[in-house]
Amino acid sequence: MKLKVWNPYLAGALTGVLLVLSVLVAGKFLGASTTFARGASVIEKAAGIDPAQFDYFTTKKGKYGPGSLPNWQLMVVLGIILGAFVSAKLSGDFKVQAVPDMWRQRFGGNPLKRAVVAFIGGVILLFGARLAGGCPSGHGLSGMAQLAVSGFIAMAFFFIGGGIIANLMYRGKEK
Amino acid sequence: MGLIYGMATGIIFGFLLQKGQVLRYDKQVGALRLLDMTIVKFMLSAIIVGAVGIYIFKDLGLIKLHLKGTSIGAQIIGGSLFGIGWGLLGYCPGTAGGALGEGRIDGLWGILGMLGGGALYAAVYPFMKANIISIGNLGKISVPALFGVNHWIVIVVFAILTLLMFGYFEKKNL
Repeated sequence: MKLKVWNPYLAGALTGVLLVLSVLVAGKFLGASTTFARGASVIEKAAGIDPAQFDYFTTKKGKYGPGSLPNWQLMVVLGIILGAFVSAKLSGDFKVQAVPDMWRQRFGGNPLKRAVVAFIGGVILLFGARLAGGCPSGHGLSGMAQLAVSGFIAMAFFFIGGGIIANLMYRGKEK
Repeated sequence: MGLIYGMATGIIFGFLLQKGQVLRYDKQVGALRLLDMTIVKFMLSAIIVGAVGIYIFKDLGLIKLHLKGTSIGAQIIGGSLFGIGWGLLGYCPGTAGGALGEGRIDGLWGILGMLGGGALYAAVYPFMKANIISIGNLGKISVPALFGVNHWIVIVVFAILTLLMFGYFEKKNL
């Protein structure tokens, strides 16, 4: 518990056990990206924009609309924040950092520059996840563990798209 | 009760992601740059263990699958877009919050961006549904069903390929 790093094969295998238990006990497969679309509908509603004007928030009996929260998956997403915090605190691995080390070496330590790119990345990523129907949790973990064709295709393209961008960003000499 | 199960599941998931160092920008972008395969080791280990468990309990009639529909258009275009955003952010929807939990502020900017991305997708959903999701729509299909073979054959082949890949990672110190 106090070790900073566990072997990734072990931590991953335990996550596989967690997935199976979650399905067995709660009937739920892990996922995360839908929560952010649902969150957007709640924010629109709070800001006085009627989410019902968008078909996405009313389709499938409002599955993605503001009435869908709070739900199981939102609690998972919030729980991840808490679990990561507890783990990092227990091992002394918690560190407030605005710019990741690898980013700093290449693009410098300006937190605003990092924030802008992170925000834009978040917009594109979630748009893509909703179009694809899931993220590395829903398509990758849950989808591929069920041997879904959709999971294998989506995960392959997550890595292809990400690999192209990351290699373009870090091309050439390190600063 | 569902909310409590969700919170408990999330806490354990976040704990394991943190211990596996999967929440780090350096690890996620490191994998995309093919320099550090930590997150791939974590994911594939989880998937193989998950597949074995899920199909054992499915064969026993204790659980039902919940397959996401396959749309070649949606998964190729959406998947590629996701990848581009992932390369820029360096976290995915599940790990951005976890990164914030271990003190990485940039996870928060990513989360705010994701909420914006959700709103944007909702606004153009009818167009996507008509023009992209409709391309190559195969429905809720699994790999064993696609090839017409028993699921255990697929799991064994998948596990062998994964172990070979792990062997390569360790040999190359990735």
